[in-house]
Amino acid sequence: MITAGIDIGSITTKAAILRDGEILGTRVGFTGYNAGSAGTAVYLGLMKELGLDESSVKAIVSTGYGRNSVKFATKAVTEITCHAAGAHLLSPGIKSIIDIGGQDSKAILLGPDGRVRDFAMNDKCAAGTGRFLEVMARALEIDLDEFGEASLKSDTPAVISSICTVFAESEVISLISRGDSRENIIAGIHESVASRVTALARRVNIADPVMMTGGVAKNIGLVTALEKKLNMKLIISEHAQVNGAIGAAQIAAGIVV
Amino acid sequence: MIDNPKITDPEKEKRKIKCVKKMKEIMTSYYIDAKTAVQNNKKVAWITSGGPVEPLIAMDIIPVYPENHGAMIGAGKMGADLCSKAEDMGYSRDLCSYARADIAASPINGGPIGGLPKPDMLVCSNNICGTVVKWYEIQARYYNVPLFIFDTPFIHSEPSPEALKYVKRQMGEYITFLEEHSGRSLNHDRMKEAGILAIRAQNLWQEILDTAANRPAPMTAFDAFFHLALIVTLRGTSTVVDYYTELLAELKERISLGIGMVPEEKYRLLWDNLPVWYRTRWLSDKLSSHRASLVADTYTSAWCGTTHLYDENNILESMAVAYSSVYLNISIDRMYEIIRGMIFKYGINGMIMHSNRSCKPYSFGQYDLQKMIMKNLKIPVLIIEADMVDERAFSESQTETRIDAFMETLASG
Ligand code: SF4
Repeated sequence: MITAGIDIGSITTKAAILRDGEILGTRVGFTGYNAGSAGTAVYLGLMKELGLDESSVKAIVSTGYGRNSVKFATKAVTEITCHAAGAHLLSPGIKSIIDIGGQDSKAILLGPDGRVRDFAMNDKCAAGTGRFLEVMARALEIDLDEFGEASLKSDTPAVISSICTVFAESEVISLISRGDSRENIIAGIHESVASRVTALARRVNIADPVMMTGGVAKNIGLVTALEKKLNMKLIISEHAQVNGAIGAAQIAAGIVV
Repeated sequence: MIDNPKITDPEKEKRKIKCVKKMKEIMTSYYIDAKTAVQNNKKVAWITSGGPVEPLIAMDIIPVYPENHGAMIGAGKMGADLCSKAEDMGYSRDLCSYARADIAASPINGGPIGGLPKPDMLVCSNNICGTVVKWYEIQARYYNVPLFIFDTPFIHSEPSPEALKYVKRQMGEYITFLEEHSGRSLNHDRMKEAGILAIRAQNLWQEILDTAANRPAPMTAFDAFFHLALIVTLRGTSTVVDYYTELLAELKERISLGIGMVPEEKYRLLWDNLPVWYRTRWLSDKLSSHRASLVADTYTSAWCGTTHLYDENNILESMAVAYSSVYLNISIDRMYEIIRGMIFKYGINGMIMHSNRSCKPYSFGQYDLQKMIMKNLKIPVLIIEADMVDERAFSESQTETRIDAFMETLASG
């Protein structure tokens, strides 16, 4: 049976198609202004790429911030539940998940069956989220994709507030004008995000093995900082960024009657 | 949303509480009386929601509650505007939004009823927070009227004999203050009558809230938020007793007919902290779509949590003790005991805590309470961030994701 998952985040939109738990394909695009049409475009693009006909898809689950804007979805489910289902499918022994999304970061504790036992999400401030990293990349005039590698070259990471995005941004600007190296500033930013996320993780008592999901998992600098703060190894699947969509497609398989 | 198919109820009308119309009339006439007090040669006292109001009633002084006004401002979605006006006046955004809205409304007669009537005196009890003291001092200066502060020491475990003596002694000072500034003397029989009516109203209020222990619950906390205005503003009068008697009868009838407020009620939730006044409808619809009924809350029950402390033969002194023992003036351990009792009484499956940017005494300690409840009682607790009046502190999509995820987790558990 073929099912689909569409994950519309605040920055990127992801789609995944599964056949009986096997990943047929995934796709990522930008969300932009119109979440609904981004969902449609990424989904249809993937279908075309796989040469699949829409009628072959038995159920579609949408998730993420734009989950309610996918009119053709069978059901909308939050990203918490979808990330849990995705991680459980990719690696059944996973006990916890850390997901850093555009607007939200979350720590999820799973039961043995892959169901959510508890979760914690960031408070209203964007500190500790993907958006925070974006703001900082802009202030530093460096591409976000280069963040990870750059921070690994740091010798003494700068100290940056983890309380508030706006405070942190002005701190970064004063560090720049003081002449601190980019590498050290970026490493400081990663530590700031890592301490925010670690606090979330502690709130749900996360347990090993921990999987990190979301696009930010590609950032090696942040992953390193997090592993150090948590004192735990993070498992990062090649599908980290599309994990939510995969979970959505997996949940879709469960709701077909 | 697709996840929660809308359960359309052809008998939606049947679910509405019929008394509501009367309640609106009572509140309207209360505010008309208050706003025409000068013309009728009556005095007006502004008083905090947890302040000892019975002596005012007994002395024919009209009590007016800036906090109730704040709630109306919030429900009328006028909070962000008034709060930002207060910020323009120099007040910090961190100040309680009731205080900001009230301070900003005063000079411009702002808010849904064109401002509160000018006070002749102010009565402030710090049993709810320290903010009210500064807030009332500001208003006392602005209106140039006398202020009485009823100081209630915080209760960590049990009130000390000294503290009890101290609060009882203040009742005498309070009466002297009122007599001096109203030019009337207190009639002790009327005082007793007001005290007894207040106790009766509080007992009735408790009975009303307790009807939600039934399955399905004939009312939800959203209804309690609405009906709370009476016990706050008219406590000590027969109006409240009469209205609550009628409301209780209607709720009992609903129970006998099996009418619940939430169609196909499945989950029963407990709420902590003040309502998000400008989003009560949204939240109520959101929870209903998950078949969740918000059956109880720690906020509206705060107005009937101390009735056992009243002594009809010694109204004044026992009242002082009761007012010192309200929910926000006690330690987290005592709050936990109250919450635990409610979880059992109402058959609670999950709890939502509103971390309220405005109300520090209420929000401080929620993370500890959350841990205690989850660990000891195995009840899942969700914390959402908002503010009771200032809409700028609310993010719909963030709140929605947290509630949806919480309900999904509850449903799968
Ligand atoms: S801080 Fe809390 S208790 Fe004090 S006035 Fe504001 S809402 Fe009421």
